[in-house]
Amino acid sequence: MQFESWAAFFAMGGHGLYVWLAYGATFLVIAVSYLSVRASRKRLQQEFSWLPGDGGSATQEEETKL
Amino acid sequence: MSFTSTLKTLWHKLGSPRWFYQMSGPWVVGFGLAALILLGVGTVWALGFAPPDYQQGNSFRIMYVHVPAAMVAQSIYMGMGVAGLVLFVWRMKLADVAIAACLPFGMVLTALALFSGGVWGKPTWGTWWEWDGRTVSTLVLLFLFIGIYALREAIEDAGLKARASALVAMIGTINIPIIKYSVEWWHTLHQPASFTLTEKPAMPPEMYLPLLVMVLGMYAFAAHNIISRMRNQILMRESRTQWVREAMAAGG
Repeated sequence: MQFESWAAFFAMGGHGLYVWLAYGATFLVIAVSYLSVRASRKRLQQEFSWLPGDGGSATQEEETKL
Repeated sequence: MSFTSTLKTLWHKLGSPRWFYQMSGPWVVGFGLAALILLGVGTVWALGFAPPDYQQGNSFRIMYVHVPAAMVAQSIYMGMGVAGLVLFVWRMKLADVAIAACLPFGMVLTALALFSGGVWGKPTWGTWWEWDGRTVSTLVLLFLFIGIYALREAIEDAGLKARASALVAMIGTINIPIIKYSVEWWHTLHQPASFTLTEKPAMPPEMYLPLLVMVLGMYAFAAHNIISRMRNQILMRESRTQWVREAMAAGG
């Protein structure tokens, strides 16, 4: 550990504001990206739960080309 | 079976959204776990155990989040450029899925690189913003991500949307070498590259090893996020097919 105390760790030698802003923003971006992709997956699963599982209108063959 | 025909089969499979969906479930879990471990270990190492820089002191710890964000954002853009080429040459639907899935994370990661750069610049160079070559070319990268995103929102026709965004993605790759060489062409504020994945860095190992861990962690998270988004895109686009109905009925 490079720091004498927790207080010194948070102060970051006087640069605490900048260091914590940068790390805070990074983990905010990671958390929001993770949660948003998970939420849209949940939403899709809910939508699909109303569709007939046996096919119904779902007869379309897979098309790999645009 | 000859090598080329094996390659052809693989290529054909890769072009199938169904095959990709069925294969990629474990990849998402693997990359997610790798990201969690690497970013967790890397952050503790970077903040608490890496030695402070003799000139910059502790503000230099911002490098451990700034460099991964910038590197991975550029890689995501290159990936989009390659997907654009694949879409143009082979009209592969999965390539358009990939472009759509790269955009959100690429965009926020570029914005993050600019933000953490500003936050690092303030105590180091005395300014939040400077019209420095690398900063400006990274701003161009952000506008490219936003531009392609806006283009896709604006165009209704699926085929035209795919071709237009593939074209801009390809043309925009010109900006990637500009970002890379900007520090050599314009000697402004940014220091020359302090770290690459292929060469031995000038930093001592106790400084660059945590950076390596953070870079790999960010790549793993990007892979997790982009593959997850591709899977969601596939479900949405293929919702009328039999296999999607069956997959969702079986719990996804």
